[in-house]
Amino acid sequence: MSDPIIKIQNMNKWFGDFQVLKNINLEVEANKKIVVCGPSGSGKSTLIRCINRLEEHQEGDIIVDGNELSEKTKDIEKIRAEVGMVFQQFNLFPHLSILDNCTLAPIWVKKMPKKEAQELALDQLKKVQIDDQANKFPGQLSGGQQQRCAIARALCMQPKIMLFDEPTSALDPEMIKEVLDAMVSLAKGGMTMIVVTHEMGFAKEVADEVIFMDEGMIIEKADTKEFFANPKSDRTKLFLSQIL
Amino acid sequence: MQTINFLKPNRDNIKNYSIIGSFLVLVSLIDVISNAFLKVNLTSFLPGSLTTLFPLIIGLIGLNMMRIDYSGNKKLDLLNKNINTNNFNALLTLLILFSIIKALPQSLSWMIFDATISGDSKDACTGTGACWTYIKVWFRRFMYGMYPNEFHWRINTAFILVIALGFVGYFMKENLKKYLALYYVIIYPVIAYLVIYYLISGGSFGLQWVETGAWGGLSLTFIVSFFCLIFCFPLGMIFALGRRSNLPAIKYISICYIEFWRGVPLITVLFMSSVMFPMFLPEDFFMDKLVRVIIAITLFEAAYCAEVIRGGLQSLPRGQYDAAKSLGMGYWKMHIFVILPQALKLVIPGIANTFLALVKDTPLIFVVGLAELAGMLALAKTNPKWLGFAMEGYIFASIVFWIICYAMSKYSYNLEAKYKTER
Repeated sequence: MSDPIIKIQNMNKWFGDFQVLKNINLEVEANKKIVVCGPSGSGKSTLIRCINRLEEHQEGDIIVDGNELSEKTKDIEKIRAEVGMVFQQFNLFPHLSILDNCTLAPIWVKKMPKKEAQELALDQLKKVQIDDQANKFPGQLSGGQQQRCAIARALCMQPKIMLFDEPTSALDPEMIKEVLDAMVSLAKGGMTMIVVTHEMGFAKEVADEVIFMDEGMIIEKADTKEFFANPKSDRTKLFLSQIL
Repeated sequence: MQTINFLKPNRDNIKNYSIIGSFLVLVSLIDVISNAFLKVNLTSFLPGSLTTLFPLIIGLIGLNMMRIDYSGNKKLDLLNKNINTNNFNALLTLLILFSIIKALPQSLSWMIFDATISGDSKDACTGTGACWTYIKVWFRRFMYGMYPNEFHWRINTAFILVIALGFVGYFMKENLKKYLALYYVIIYPVIAYLVIYYLISGGSFGLQWVETGAWGGLSLTFIVSFFCLIFCFPLGMIFALGRRSNLPAIKYISICYIEFWRGVPLITVLFMSSVMFPMFLPEDFFMDKLVRVIIAITLFEAAYCAEVIRGGLQSLPRGQYDAAKSLGMGYWKMHIFVILPQALKLVIPGIANTFLALVKDTPLIFVVGLAELAGMLALAKTNPKWLGFAMEGYIFASIVFWIICYAMSKYSYNLEAKYKTER
């Protein structure tokens, strides 16, 4: 058994007086796909934002790819470059074309030659089937196309881990499918993924493990089949009965 | 109520009503115009005060007859929506129109028909109108101040050079574009300074030295505005970023700086820079008064710029910061490539505002003895040979400032349109 690529131990986090994450323990091995679900306000997003330190945790350890995240971490940018993230609101850069959105970070963070970065970007855009939109601006694309571009942009950094923060929650039902398709094919390619989502169909299809969170705690963590077939805690059963 | 209903149109008869209505308004306008321009009272047959009120009453009835919610006629709708929404607004519209018409003949005859422009001394101005001769004779002073006449070409050449250098960005090759910001923020001001120093100040290359005390007029307005604008923007940007910094030292220094300069009036800053500041300098250290004034105004306006830019930074959604960070960008890369390009776009109107205010604040440097355009006017109007022409001078200065400021605001609109992006 290989070393886990993400290791979280006894992690606690507060927003002011309010404790959002309580005693989180989580290990994710390379190439595993984890789906995190739970009611809103349960700390799912905060948890994955802690993994690339968009949020700071106050207690406990988070180790990503052998690097501990703490105030002392100097090269946080280097770690973030290894961890791709896709947001609920896409967060594309509206002043740059789709292609420039994808090449910006590889050129300036990874110091990749411009031509190489563009080839890579077109390749990634092709995988999510929007290479024909490369010269348009984000504002001209539909929500689904924007989100696929955001996935491509994150992949252009060739990350080891991909984090998805409710990637389909802001989309029309019709567009959800195209984004999920892109994510499924990414999962089949062997990427390590942590996905916060309410799409249980997606979880059943690709996830190795499902984590259920409520009130800042991990209530249940189980293999996907096990999770859906016989959930252990009553809270999980209630949640599943409501959304399935 | 019957009469009012009688005057109220509906969609079927609006055509007739609008014809009668516009005829009545026309009659009222003709009456006022003939009164103002031809001094003929068309309604002298009416008794007393009624003759003065006649155009107003007729006009109001006319506008009332034209007023309808939706007529289907685009022009009529536009008119009703903008100047004829109710009786009160119709009254205001008419009053404004009438006062413009009333004021027009006098001002036109003063400014143009009765004005003098020939001759080259005060004696030429005998008429009742404006004396543009005054502006003509003093024109060079208003433009160049006390700068010696035979060297005016030096100022002109320097300005042409500086403007030409400003356009270099347009012709830069594609692969050099990334140095554009560097050029405008650092290289360009330095070159411009050297050009202005060597050409206008002189002292070397066989050019005679002209001290800054002799500089003045519009050219000084331009020099002061130019350097203040070009320096206060980057400085403001630094303080805007500083105020949002996570490092307490930088944050509080920025806050102190901004609050200090926003709290003191510009006029005291100018006095300090010219009177108090030299006292703190070492004996053998000399800094020209003009330079001190430019630095003072720059520091002052940078505080305002900083707050405008901070507004732009705050209006960006947090997601933009998150996305840039998640791609591994550090503070500077994130700001240079993602945050500032978007934020600066948003603050173009605010920055234009600050810059216009700056240009119009430059006349204040007169209090420390530097006579730019408005300052030269103040000097000229006290010249014993030319007493009594302050009005002409101030009108001239207003027109010049208006042209400069209007050009700047037009340019800012263009920039806004050029860099507009959809969200």
